[in-house]
Amino acid sequence: MTNDTRVNVLAMAIVGLCAMPVWAQTDPATMMDHGTMDHGTMDHGEMDHGSPPVPQQEMGGMDHGDMNMQGGAAPPDARDPHAWSGGYTLDTGPYVLPGPRTLRLSDEHNFSALLVNQLERSYTSDGNGTAYDAQAWSGRDYDRAVLKAEGEIAGGKLQESRTELLWGHAVATYWDAQLGMRHDGGVDDSRNWLALGVQGLAPYWFEIDAAAYVGEGGSTALRLGAEYELLITQKFVLQPSVEFNLYGKRDPARSIGSGLSDGTAGLRFRYEFTRQFAPYAGIEWAGKFGETADLARAAGEHTREMRRVAGVRFWF
Amino acid sequence: MKSHSSISSAIPDLPRRRFVQGLAAGGVLLGLSPFIMPSRAIGADALNRGTPVLGGTEFDLVIAESPVDFTGRPRMATTINGSIPAPTLRWREGDTITLRVTNKLREATSIHWHGIILPYQMDGVPGISFKGIAPGETFAYRFKVRQSGTYWYHSHSGMQEQTGMYGAIVIEPATREMHMPIREHVIVLSDWTDEDPMRVFAKLKLQGDYYNYNQPTAAGFLRDASRNGLASALDRREMWNQMRMSPTDLADLSAATLTYLMNGTTPAGNWTGLFRQGEQVRLRFINSAANTFYDVRIPGLKLTVVQADGQNVEPVTVDEFRFGPGETYDVMVKPQDDAYTVFAQTMDRTGYARGTLAVREGLTAPVPQTDPAEWLSMTDMMGAMAGGMAGMDHSGMAGMEGMDHGGMDHSMHAMPDGMDMGGGLSAPGTQVRHARTEYGPSTDMRVDMARTNLDDPGIGLRGNGRRVLTLADLHTIGGPLDPRGAEREIELHLTGNMERYAWSLDGLEFGKSTPVHFRHGERLRVILHNDTMMTHPMHLHGMWSELEQDGGGFQARRHTIPVQPAQRISFLASADALGRWAWHCHLLLHMDAGMFREVVVT
Repeated sequence: MTNDTRVNVLAMAIVGLCAMPVWAQTDPATMMDHGTMDHGTMDHGEMDHGSPPVPQQEMGGMDHGDMNMQGGAAPPDARDPHAWSGGYTLDTGPYVLPGPRTLRLSDEHNFSALLVNQLERSYTSDGNGTAYDAQAWSGRDYDRAVLKAEGEIAGGKLQESRTELLWGHAVATYWDAQLGMRHDGGVDDSRNWLALGVQGLAPYWFEIDAAAYVGEGGSTALRLGAEYELLITQKFVLQPSVEFNLYGKRDPARSIGSGLSDGTAGLRFRYEFTRQFAPYAGIEWAGKFGETADLARAAGEHTREMRRVAGVRFWF
Repeated sequence: MKSHSSISSAIPDLPRRRFVQGLAAGGVLLGLSPFIMPSRAIGADALNRGTPVLGGTEFDLVIAESPVDFTGRPRMATTINGSIPAPTLRWREGDTITLRVTNKLREATSIHWHGIILPYQMDGVPGISFKGIAPGETFAYRFKVRQSGTYWYHSHSGMQEQTGMYGAIVIEPATREMHMPIREHVIVLSDWTDEDPMRVFAKLKLQGDYYNYNQPTAAGFLRDASRNGLASALDRREMWNQMRMSPTDLADLSAATLTYLMNGTTPAGNWTGLFRQGEQVRLRFINSAANTFYDVRIPGLKLTVVQADGQNVEPVTVDEFRFGPGETYDVMVKPQDDAYTVFAQTMDRTGYARGTLAVREGLTAPVPQTDPAEWLSMTDMMGAMAGGMAGMDHSGMAGMEGMDHGGMDHSMHAMPDGMDMGGGLSAPGTQVRHARTEYGPSTDMRVDMARTNLDDPGIGLRGNGRRVLTLADLHTIGGPLDPRGAEREIELHLTGNMERYAWSLDGLEFGKSTPVHFRHGERLRVILHNDTMMTHPMHLHGMWSELEQDGGGFQARRHTIPVQPAQRISFLASADALGRWAWHCHLLLHMDAGMFREVVVT
């Protein structure tokens, strides 16, 4: 691949990523659009109405008709939510209390949280290390500051880290667009990027965190992370996760080649003593690909690695 | 939104039973309470153990922190005159009453008289009707009592309602000739959390299903698949997973944080109301919970419902009724045995409030198991779209085979477009018009074909073998207060996003909203269309909500109307109360999230 094609591929991928919320929102409609409703052919006779607590009506397998219950764009004749106001507002018009408006509910208050998704020791044939993956946010439902931090510590040193400071804005029911800065640190030269991404919940409960980056000197990057939380019981949770990185330009100072560079696939099994505190154990596979793998081999490093991990997930 | 620093956010770690059942001796720690019985108390009601009763036309209410212990962990509560529930206030219709409310908290407070028709300045909503009651200040409420029946009062500031500020109001009719011919008990149901309620709220913002320990699991899937087949098990989950919604989201808060109280008493404490064998007893049930729908029954007794929201209804005899925060029901019972359990299980089936009716203290009757929690049904998600079945009573539908659904008439259901049957405003409009703000991040679903029938008892009560009260059973005696039909119609949609824990009307939280304008003197119809999968008790301050039958016509006069998932109901209101009023979902956290409107009557 020439550099130009790579840039094109990356550009397409970025466009694709940014379109994801739209895809995610329109998808349900497509899935549920089974054509016009046809009650004449529906077989209600087979439905069991006499034996609760099994739900009287199963959710699947029915003809749902032509409908769009989630997302989408407002039709031109959608109702004006201020149509009943008569021109009055919360702080103007008759009987309004003097002074500035004092009734402010939680939609106008800030909330903050810190989620340490992974704080773990990892054990490999080459030695052991510590890794963290955390996210903090502060703000309101639809606009908030977001801090993402991920890194690995070994030999008492921060080996590599990625820290992002973003402004998150809700763009769809389950999706936030995020815009901000990313800083890569660690033992190698540091790098700074502009970041544009999406984070949210895809159909079937896949948690997606994806972003495109533009760095100094025309460098570009893509990162795609996905997670799933499978409740085995109400307290045992199996969390599969994957993450992949792509780069538009090689960066030998950080041992990065262009193209798909590295990825991880993990499986963590946690027990939620409370929703907010859950120790876990698991395994994680990590690999380097393409040119990045070549650079690693040249430096005498492994390109594939299986880690055993043990740590704790908590938030407050 | 200030909260008490003294209320810690510790995670429940008590033995499960003690946490759910509470302490037998739980409640306000009287020995530590700074209050002695107020002088004007007409005594701790012999009929209502513990709760003081105040009568007359002059009332002094003092709001302060009081130590309580419901679970074995001492906490501070916000109380009125040092008791939970607050003193029962007995008024008389026609009296002009004065209530002096003194704030001894370190934060502002307020009292709202729920369901009482009064001037807007006396309604007690800080920021709308008045500026609130500052620390150290006394505010005098004064108004003429123009109604009778069972009502209640509570704080309208922050989370104070959750932390203990609620009590009953009983208003004697002006026309009552003889004194109290029958025995009666006020039964105030509520819920308590040891956590700081704002902390609870913040947790839900991060994880909407934080307190739901009845979620679909892989283990449950395997059980389901082995019992009903893989295809059926997959089918049952398909749409929920695809839409990213939970079929077990029956309540935002559960027994994982709540202790359920009857007259301020835990289930283990067993509040007891006394009666003499053979006499008729009137029970005034008030749902003062911040976040809990209760399903109430008294095994062994029929309940004859005679009043809803303080308004007399044609008596209807049932085994069970469901009511949400804000609603009240008066029922008559005629006990014959020595003891009966008053059983109020929560809608999500994680717990219950419980007490006993008995001929003497110390008796108990068997306490039923809570019913199994059901998954929300198609009807709850899609309304009338659920195969045209929503309008039917499922409880009696064992023999449905061979029914011709192809020929069912959908004209009575709300339709997505252009199905208005004409005829002006005699019947509620059926054309569903979502607000343009419902197409964004604030909503997680919209219902295009809502169900409009009122005869559905709701999730968990359908076909349970008991006769359960529905809205269709309520007929207010005397008909509407105002014989006029609707001159205008407005439509509001109940909306939310469970994943973000955002709640709104028309997709707009209070802070982004504009008031709803009622023209003074008009009779208007309000359509409430529920685009969520939860039931919302909608409470309009200052004016009655006269619920309409499915398709129009007077049904019942209410101050709080529960709107079920995917349901579209309507009521008529007479805009006779000048001023600004609050209108909101009475689930406290939904209200505080912004499911709230201001109404201006001018």
